[in-house]
Amino acid sequence: MGVAITAPELEPVSRRPGPLRTALFPYALIAPSILMIAGILAFPLAMLIWLSLQHYGLKELIQHSGEWVGLQNYQAIIADPLFHQVILRSLIFTFTCVGLTLVFSTLIALLLLKVRQLVRVIVMSSLVFVWATPVIVSVDIWQWMFDYEFGVINYLLTQLHVGNFIHHNWFDNPVQGLAVLVIVVVWGAIPFVTITLFAGLLQVPSDVLDAAQVDGASAWHTFWFVTAPMLKPIFLIVICLSTIWDFGVFNQIYVMLNQRPSSDYFTIAIYSYRESFGVTQYGLGAAIAVIMVIILVFVTFFYVRETVKVAEIA
Amino acid sequence: MIAPGAAQGIRTETARAAAGTAVSFNILQQARQLVYDALGIAVAIVMLFPIYWMVATAFKPGQDILRLDPKWFPNPITLQNFQDAIARPFFLDDVKNSLIIVGVMLVLALAISFFAAVGTARFGFRGRTAYLVMIIAVQMVPLNALIIPLYLMLDGVGQTDTLAGVIAVYLAVVLPFMVWTLRGFVANIPPELEESAMIDGCTRFGAFIRITFPLIGPGLVATAIFGFIQAWNEYIVAYVLLSSPENQTLTVWLASFTTNHGPEWGPLMAAATLTGLPVVAFFLILQRYLAGGLTAGAVKG
Repeated sequence: MGVAITAPELEPVSRRPGPLRTALFPYALIAPSILMIAGILAFPLAMLIWLSLQHYGLKELIQHSGEWVGLQNYQAIIADPLFHQVILRSLIFTFTCVGLTLVFSTLIALLLLKVRQLVRVIVMSSLVFVWATPVIVSVDIWQWMFDYEFGVINYLLTQLHVGNFIHHNWFDNPVQGLAVLVIVVVWGAIPFVTITLFAGLLQVPSDVLDAAQVDGASAWHTFWFVTAPMLKPIFLIVICLSTIWDFGVFNQIYVMLNQRPSSDYFTIAIYSYRESFGVTQYGLGAAIAVIMVIILVFVTFFYVRETVKVAEIA
Repeated sequence: MIAPGAAQGIRTETARAAAGTAVSFNILQQARQLVYDALGIAVAIVMLFPIYWMVATAFKPGQDILRLDPKWFPNPITLQNFQDAIARPFFLDDVKNSLIIVGVMLVLALAISFFAAVGTARFGFRGRTAYLVMIIAVQMVPLNALIIPLYLMLDGVGQTDTLAGVIAVYLAVVLPFMVWTLRGFVANIPPELEESAMIDGCTRFGAFIRITFPLIGPGLVATAIFGFIQAWNEYIVAYVLLSSPENQTLTVWLASFTTNHGPEWGPLMAAATLTGLPVVAFFLILQRYLAGGLTAGAVKG
């Protein structure tokens, strides 16, 4: 009863009518952001689809208007054996990168729970430094480390008797070259994923883990049956984000191969770029980009669903 | 049911038995701890080595860089590589361009995202959830896929090879993230703080300026740093949109370093160090801001 008496006195404060309380005010607040996002992200997305249905070459670029060809660009791509290779390469590359990132990050995050405080601070700082390194900078570093002549990696591998790597050029063989690029991508991705997973691990209540131990569960069983299910939403978000980033990989490959990668190194984003800006077939390039977006829409859907759930905005 | 006394007896029994193995158990635990710590240090070394190698190379004189057996520590130290990098054509132009682009973009982005954050955190309105879902989803639009229409669109209005075009694109790219993060900061400040200020005689606007705004300060700094890092590091948009070297950004300059001049590792590593430096500095500040719930406890008591 006491609550019922005092409540009405407080109510008017939050409902005080004022100039800011008009119904349109919140819409005015979000309007600029909607305008920018619609103009620079949504409109180009629509334009991308429209472009993919046109023949749009150098002549059309000068005239600022394309020639409608319907689904011809898509037919051309699907018949193109290079495109099949590119898709397969992108999928394998993404799968490898995401898998390795996840395994290493999980192991490091679990290790962080076990080490003493000082070591934890040291590992965390190293992760933050790597995280902060701009992608182009990191590509330059790895390029230098994997240099065929004076690279420190070739020296170390030779010294450790892994084999004779003196004057070994990693990029002569695309499989080796892509393996190097996997290292570059995974190295750059580990900090974000590890720190996110570690933050999640800290939230797993210790009494649950103790209970599992008392019941005789091994470390592996505790992780697999107790920790992992509790971290499932975080794992899903991290997997989705990594997949989106790695499937659309461009910078690392393009800059590592000195801005002219051979077709053996084409991933879907590079292929799309080459078709449009390299050989001025913007329609074809757009169609490839649309296919990339469609593949990623599924991943994005899962990501948005999980994020909405975790953030509880609905 | 076991009597308390009996349980006591059992406990002392096991304790005595445990005491015998306690010493060896302790050593085992210490050894395990040592292994964990060693693994942790190994992880830190592997992660940090590439960055160390960049900085070390940047400070080495030329003949110490091009060696078949590398010198692990830069000795003697030289600043020649940094001087070479800075003296390269267009370095200073491109630093200036990067700063202009990031600066103008951030001022606009902070204002726009701040409005949107207040709108979504402080007001309930129809379409709010849809707006927030859009904000999350749009962050996932791959920029690499949009580069073709963005180029054609800006080409149509004569904004390729201008800083304005790049600023507009970066603004749209960082906005969703900044709105989302700032919204979290605003939502974490309880409206009760403003309301109590209003009870004490503040106007609503005054309460907002005096109470909420200072508390959002760290949030503004954090999101600004995020925006800075994203824009400073961005490559493909700047590379496609900006064609003349005097209009390009630092990342584009750095990426074309090897192509145009062949690999000169010393100056390249010096340039890479200079490019990464502001980002690392800002990142370290950011860590501090993200570390604690800044207003936690502001309402308690």
